[in-house]
Amino acid sequence: MDSVGNIIVYFAVAIMLVIFSIAAVTAKKILRAATYLLFVLIGTAIFYFQMGYQFLGGVQIAVYAGGIMVLFVFAILLTNKPNEKAPEGKSHRKTWGFLVSAASFVLLLFALFYMPLIHGFSLVECLSAGKLITMHDIGEAFTGGERFQYLLPFEAISVLLLACIIGGVTIARKD
Amino acid sequence: MDLSMLWYLVPSVIMLVCGIYGFMTRKNLIAILISLELMLNSADLNFVIFNRYLYPGSMEGMIFTLFAIALAAAETAIAIAIIINIYRAVGNTDINEVKQMRF
Repeated sequence: MDSVGNIIVYFAVAIMLVIFSIAAVTAKKILRAATYLLFVLIGTAIFYFQMGYQFLGGVQIAVYAGGIMVLFVFAILLTNKPNEKAPEGKSHRKTWGFLVSAASFVLLLFALFYMPLIHGFSLVECLSAGKLITMHDIGEAFTGGERFQYLLPFEAISVLLLACIIGGVTIARKD
Repeated sequence: MDLSMLWYLVPSVIMLVCGIYGFMTRKNLIAILISLELMLNSADLNFVIFNRYLYPGSMEGMIFTLFAIALAAAETAIAIAIIINIYRAVGNTDINEVKQMRF
């Protein structure tokens, strides 16, 4: 049995997620779409906090809502006039897009309701079944080579970020 | 009332479907990238939900999501660099104007 506060937070965030993700793909102005995406990312971070992953929620806010959104706003202001409206797609593209997304929505909901364990546990049971994830655990998981430790992917990500910095500078440079 | 796994998976499904719709209907390259971020975000949320509900004792879903967030940041930075380059060559960011890889 989950507490009333948890349920209220869940419904507030879920409604916000649904409304803003629909708004993010239908908004006429591109800067507004980016702002709606920001609200969706923050709502996801609240879900992470609610499920007990505090570090992940912090990373989501810092990297996604902080870093990527700033990149988006920069790119929009560099490539669009501030009040320009997004060009309308052709109507047959809209029809196809609506058909494909509606079909996948129905298919995914069908799969969800037939999944085993879907009504299994409540959030409180699962939160108390797992131990609290401390920064010490996360640090050990990232810096060891044993089972369930991820030093090699961590190093690969750092090389990838370096390659990404160099690539970004090389591609976007004026020559 | 219990908040079971289904309650969290439904908003994630809606996010994914909105991403698919935007990916197919938008014409601006940055708007397509925004839809892509929606889809990636719903996949991240799914990792965390399955981790919390099915394997509450471990944290592999969280680690995967951390890596996915880092990858998404790198991918977005490169994509925006490419879009700015296209804007410089073509003059707008309409996807129908981009017909060749080399300008």
